[in-house]
Amino acid sequence: MDDLDLLTVAQNWRGEGREVAVATVVSTWGSSPRPAGSHLIVDGEGRIEGSVSGGCIEGAVVREALEVMAGEPPRLLEFGVSNEEAWEVGLACGGRVEVYVEALA
Amino acid sequence: MRLDLLERTLEARSQKRRVCHLRFLDSHEEALVVDGAEVTGRALSPTLEEAVDAALRHDRSGTVDADEGRVFLEVMNPPLRLLVVGAVHIAQALVPMALRLGYAVTVVDPRRAFATEDRLPGVPIRHDWPDEALHDLLPDRRTAVVTLTHDPKLDDPALHEALGSEAFYIGALGSKRTHAGRLERLTALGHDAAALARIHGPAGLDIGAVSPAEIAVSVLAEMTAALRRRG
Repeated sequence: MDDLDLLTVAQNWRGEGREVAVATVVSTWGSSPRPAGSHLIVDGEGRIEGSVSGGCIEGAVVREALEVMAGEPPRLLEFGVSNEEAWEVGLACGGRVEVYVEALA
Repeated sequence: MRLDLLERTLEARSQKRRVCHLRFLDSHEEALVVDGAEVTGRALSPTLEEAVDAALRHDRSGTVDADEGRVFLEVMNPPLRLLVVGAVHIAQALVPMALRLGYAVTVVDPRRAFATEDRLPGVPIRHDWPDEALHDLLPDRRTAVVTLTHDPKLDDPALHEALGSEAFYIGALGSKRTHAGRLERLTALGHDAAALARIHGPAGLDIGAVSPAEIAVSVLAEMTAALRRRG
């Protein structure tokens, strides 16, 4: 599914009364699997559509998304080899990526 | 993300307008620019307006440092287009794959026996002559044109018209011998060597493709390279 269609998914989920968060790749350095503008859509129960990496940081992004949907302000996350915690969640491709996570409201 | 801006984004997109959504990463504000003119949300500084214009032109989303701080520009241009001339067997493999790649596909074939909705479900089919159809469809920098008929009466007028456009990819199916003859005819129509070099013929990367689906893969791979590797 391309990233434009993911925005349609976000709108549909919202229309069904679900809480929705939008995670967006806003910058990348080095080798990273998904380009800027890639989206991961998350609902209040942690269901997802789309991706912001090859699958290695989605779990961490979903946790942040749940907090944002609970009313916290949007946040900018950074994952990469320079970040030990991110290394643990496994962006093993050697790149660095910034992901902006916000609620749809 | 503001729901009203999301709704406006989707509406503008369905009208094939050029959309740029801006996220101000420091202040968490947003703005939406439609067709470079209509601005909703926060007003933009002149440098940011320029950045939006450049991002739309290059069809590339990314983060910029502006007077407003760091801003993420999400570019949503109208879909890429693929104009297929010839509703032949290979078209039946090529069309669904191209749709999956995100192309808006139109098939042109005046031969009504070939170009039926049964054979090519879900895409617009035009029965006018390829040169008239292409003239009408106005291929632009985000359009690819592929001719599949092997019939000079149909392929040649389409290629003649495509060469007069900015199409990012022009491909013509057919053997090397067929292609040599085609180039001679197009030269006679006034196209010089530089123009003719724009035609990928025989269309497709040389991967030894045999079946229609394999040929479709080779053509779409070559088309993707032309799109992504350019300047």
